[in-house]
Amino acid sequence: MAEQSPSQTVGPFFEYGPIYGGEDILVNEQTSGERIRITGRVIDGEGAPVVDALIEIWQADANGIYNHPADPGFANVDAHFRGFGRSETVNDGMFFFKTIKPGAVAFDDSTLQAPHINVHVFARGMLIHAHTRLYFSDEAANDHDPVLYSIEGGRRKTLIAQRENGPDLSTYRLDIVLQGDNETVFFNP
Amino acid sequence: MTLVKKLSSLNWDIHPPYIYPPYKSTVRRGPQKPLIPLPYTLSELTGPVYGDDDIGPLDNDLTRNAVKNGEPIGERIIVTGRVLDDNNRPVPNALVEVWQANACGRYIHKGDQHDAPLDPNFRGSGRVLTDKNGEYRFTTIKPGAYPWGNHHNAWRPAHIHFSIFGTNFISRLVTQMYFPGDPLLALDPIYNSIPDEAGRNRLISIYDHDITEPVWALGYRFDIVLCGSHMTPFETREA
Repeated sequence: MAEQSPSQTVGPFFEYGPIYGGEDILVNEQTSGERIRITGRVIDGEGAPVVDALIEIWQADANGIYNHPADPGFANVDAHFRGFGRSETVNDGMFFFKTIKPGAVAFDDSTLQAPHINVHVFARGMLIHAHTRLYFSDEAANDHDPVLYSIEGGRRKTLIAQRENGPDLSTYRLDIVLQGDNETVFFNP
Repeated sequence: MTLVKKLSSLNWDIHPPYIYPPYKSTVRRGPQKPLIPLPYTLSELTGPVYGDDDIGPLDNDLTRNAVKNGEPIGERIIVTGRVLDDNNRPVPNALVEVWQANACGRYIHKGDQHDAPLDPNFRGSGRVLTDKNGEYRFTTIKPGAYPWGNHHNAWRPAHIHFSIFGTNFISRLVTQMYFPGDPLLALDPIYNSIPDEAGRNRLISIYDHDITEPVWALGYRFDIVLCGSHMTPFETREA
């Protein structure tokens, strides 16, 4: 085994590095699926907005297929959807994505997971990123999701984005709380 | 088909903790509750895939990719190395993104208030894909050290930020590359947040005279090891 390279903070000045622009919009006109907006605020342990965080998301297409060769459905993936997005937070700590609602993904050979988006949080003051998930408030499958079920009941809500119907497209809102009583559930991958 | 759900996970003996008080802003930003174990599903076994179409012809040359009216100022260097997984296998087609201060220690970012000159011909960012052997290579200017507000008279050692996408979402890594012999390393809380001395040493690039180009640029080697290595479903099928 080779030893892993240690993580270091993304720092405050990533805007001209991994931010190339346009990565907060994951869809084009040909992408299949229900257009949605994902938004939320990153909040620190004192309740203050984190204005220099970088949020990365990774999700399946509308049929629950990841655009990656390890997905058994890869041959049928939506070619107009890579499934990766990136948004920096700004002055109010808000991030923003325009994407599609993903389909359900297999948990194992016989069980499905509720539709979800995988999330990494980077920021100045975070020496290593945090890994979380975003689920959707209007999915009955949340009640049977094996990952949500593994979390203590009171904390599951920190992963469930609330749907707000809009005139053009619906918005799902989920704040990411880095610390404190309402700390978001973070995973040990 | 049975997916192999065993991946090497983050080794917390090697990575810095979320909260490291000498780096002050970790105190209010680091998660404090226990992390929840995550089973490996397709969500973790997959990740964004990049190809040559994602890379522009000058993206790997920071001395040329933002030129306006001349060459950037500073010591030209070549940085090269391999991206490996922790089974010691090369990671091909890994997207490596880099960003850094200029030779004077100033970022082009609007939030950088350090009283040092911007270089009109240097943006300080680039990206490159690893080849089939996991190798990447880019040309840049050696960055300068710069002061920051963490504590009285705090200076960051010269560094280049690295962002690497491996073969899946678990293997994601953001880190920093340092330079050998930098006296500021011993004083830097970000560098010293890494608990293990061998781990700290792995973030220091190696000066390699074989990488230099005569009468043009000096050369540094920096290898990167990602977690999240696993057998792919294709390999289990063949086995």
